[in-house]
Amino acid sequence: MDFAFTEEQQMIRDTAAAFLKASSSSAAVRAAMVSDKGFDPALWQSICADMYWQALHIPEQYGGMGLGYVELVAVLEQMGRYLLCAPYMSSVAMATNALLVAGTDAQKALYLPQIIEGKIASLAFNSASRDWDACAVSVTYRRDGNDFILNGNYRYVLDGDNADVMVFAARDEGSVGENGISLFVCPTDLNGIERAALPTMDQTRRQATITVTNLRLDESTVMGDVGKADKHLNKILDLATIALAAEQAGGMQEVLDMSVEYSKSRSQFGRTIAGFQAIKHKAADMMLRGEVARSAVYYAACIADEALNDGPLANELSEAASIAKSHCSEAYFKNAGEALQIHGGVGFTWEYDVHLYFKRAKASEHFLGGSGYHRERVAKMLLD
Amino acid sequence: MKLQFSPEDEQFRAEIAGWLADNLVGEFAQLKFRGGPGDEHMFPEERKAWERKLAEGGWTCVGWPKEVGGRGLSIEQQVIFFEEYARAGAPGRMGHIGEGLAGPTLIAFGSEEQKSKYLPGILSGTEFWCQGYSEPSAGSDLANVKTKARFDEASGKWQINGQKVWTSLAHESEYCFVIARTDPESKAHKGLGFFLIKMDQPGVTVRPIEQITGTSEFNEVFFDDAECAAEDIVGQPGDGWKVAMGLLGFERGVSTLGQQMAFQNELNEVVKLAKDNGAAKDPLIRQRIADAHIGLKIMRYNSLRMLSGGSDGSLQKEALIYKLYWATWHRDLGELAVDILGPEADIMVNAPYELNRLQSLFLFTRSDTIYGGTNQIQRNIIAERGLGMPKELRPV
Repeated sequence: MDFAFTEEQQMIRDTAAAFLKASSSSAAVRAAMVSDKGFDPALWQSICADMYWQALHIPEQYGGMGLGYVELVAVLEQMGRYLLCAPYMSSVAMATNALLVAGTDAQKALYLPQIIEGKIASLAFNSASRDWDACAVSVTYRRDGNDFILNGNYRYVLDGDNADVMVFAARDEGSVGENGISLFVCPTDLNGIERAALPTMDQTRRQATITVTNLRLDESTVMGDVGKADKHLNKILDLATIALAAEQAGGMQEVLDMSVEYSKSRSQFGRTIAGFQAIKHKAADMMLRGEVARSAVYYAACIADEALNDGPLANELSEAASIAKSHCSEAYFKNAGEALQIHGGVGFTWEYDVHLYFKRAKASEHFLGGSGYHRERVAKMLLD
Repeated sequence: MKLQFSPEDEQFRAEIAGWLADNLVGEFAQLKFRGGPGDEHMFPEERKAWERKLAEGGWTCVGWPKEVGGRGLSIEQQVIFFEEYARAGAPGRMGHIGEGLAGPTLIAFGSEEQKSKYLPGILSGTEFWCQGYSEPSAGSDLANVKTKARFDEASGKWQINGQKVWTSLAHESEYCFVIARTDPESKAHKGLGFFLIKMDQPGVTVRPIEQITGTSEFNEVFFDDAECAAEDIVGQPGDGWKVAMGLLGFERGVSTLGQQMAFQNELNEVVKLAKDNGAAKDPLIRQRIADAHIGLKIMRYNSLRMLSGGSDGSLQKEALIYKLYWATWHRDLGELAVDILGPEADIMVNAPYELNRLQSLFLFTRSDTIYGGTNQIQRNIIAERGLGMPKELRPV
């Protein structure tokens, strides 16, 4: 039993922190978030060509680095900390995981190398549902000979407007709940796919809507079992949920650091406000929530590795994901809210960065399910 | 990162689990799940007999080095021991203050004479200890000790005068380790001594404190010219604070997983109750039960991190938050338990004031966020040591 980063994992984390501190500075984030694409293509290429982050947990046989989820989480934590604007969550934590969990050998061989080279990919499954599992799917498919015809509207698609490759979840016409779910992967330049960016309150993460109208997909696009891909989709979403929780843990650390630093520099009543217990105790609670978040995320990352490799603890995946996300969602938003309060008036300005974290915290809380949603998932496991 | 224990450690787990299954029977069966926090006053003689049984099996002081008679277990195996001990429902340890506090302090700071005089009684489960730190005027301000120690040249002994409070198991203990002021002019943490005092003597009076639960585990201890032999001061006069605080920095939390196993037993009872009485259908109760489950799981992950941390013994951030975290979690569990009981929570088992386990949990957990450093003191410590924020103003 050794529940600590290895030296190699520490190095990956420290390298990520140093790289992002320089490349995802406040000025860089603010420039990227209002740009056309919502990210800096040169930085994305550098992440791909110099850092190999897209390749982190892709097996070596597809050109990846063959590392695990713990390494991935170590990098995601730093991305959350520095508010990296990039299609990483979508391409790596959603689409890559989809390919790893449900892709055929041919699909992996085709698309994983593209992702490693910096192509953008994402997953579309939700059509304005408050559910974040297979039940959220309402886009339908019907068979036409050997083809599948998809119709419907997706919402909350991360980087959907920028994606080169999409994984689509759809349900057999007339099916309900977790039944009738299929997954497809295809390029985005096919006829029948319309995409539009959705303006977002959290400008650091891009969302889009995708409408599919009589989108015709052949059998080679099918991932996993036709009509029975709900278990794949749920596993992919659990993996993505853990990744998002890692980002949240990183954001929690940064808002704490910002707040402590600010409180030490701000004087009122003849002393720095850091000396007041009202501030110290807020900061202490923020540190507690942040440390606890890390414990939950690292454990979940170990379980994600087990799930990707069919290890003995693989069946803990859903629970571990819900534990991490339910804690991190409320905790990040609380920390961001306290950071704003500790900053006082300047925390309310556009000029200071607190609002970027405050908005990111709320958006991340809702995406893939908030604390209440994940607690109810756990309650079902315990009580029903 | 590795979550599994090694095959050798799992074999050790089987060994201790097997020993407990074989021995927690007969006269000891009634002690299962008894004697923990809130129940420490129960079965004292039977639990002392159990301590002797443990000692026979070599299961006292498992973390002490072999040179002083301990079992010399690795951190992992200590964790496993405490986990299996709690899983089996073995009773609250009468010897935990001697084993966990007095003994390690003597091993680190005591003279050879003190070690050979006191360690064997702790190892054999025959001599019990209590801790004399808190005083009426020294609660959160722990260094504000008023108890005085004066060396009497005529008798060649220390004379102790003053009062300690919140002393667990004082009425069941042979010895008390006491911090007392050796320099009457000194203030705060300077000028203190660390004394080993025999309880059975005319100058020591123990008075139980009746608690919120109607029961008494804590005591007041009065010293009126109590005697302490010249050789029974640990370190020099003036070293008392250093000795008392010396081990805190090396606490790696090996017993935390055992504590959590006990929490798990309580949570299981709460969950079962909610299913039985229908509260499990209430959406708000469901959220709170899930939150309790999630909180306990994360507590475990946090301990695993704590235990895997730096071998230099430095206090890490995840260790710094631990007390505040578990105490608050446990207090919340007590509230959840009675909210699931609903109106039944107000109905006693028996007159005049017999509580069931969940009622007791509700009341007793109010002490968790107070003793051993209140939540407010914990937050000061976290902010100051963990975040480098300014220290509280203290009189010079």
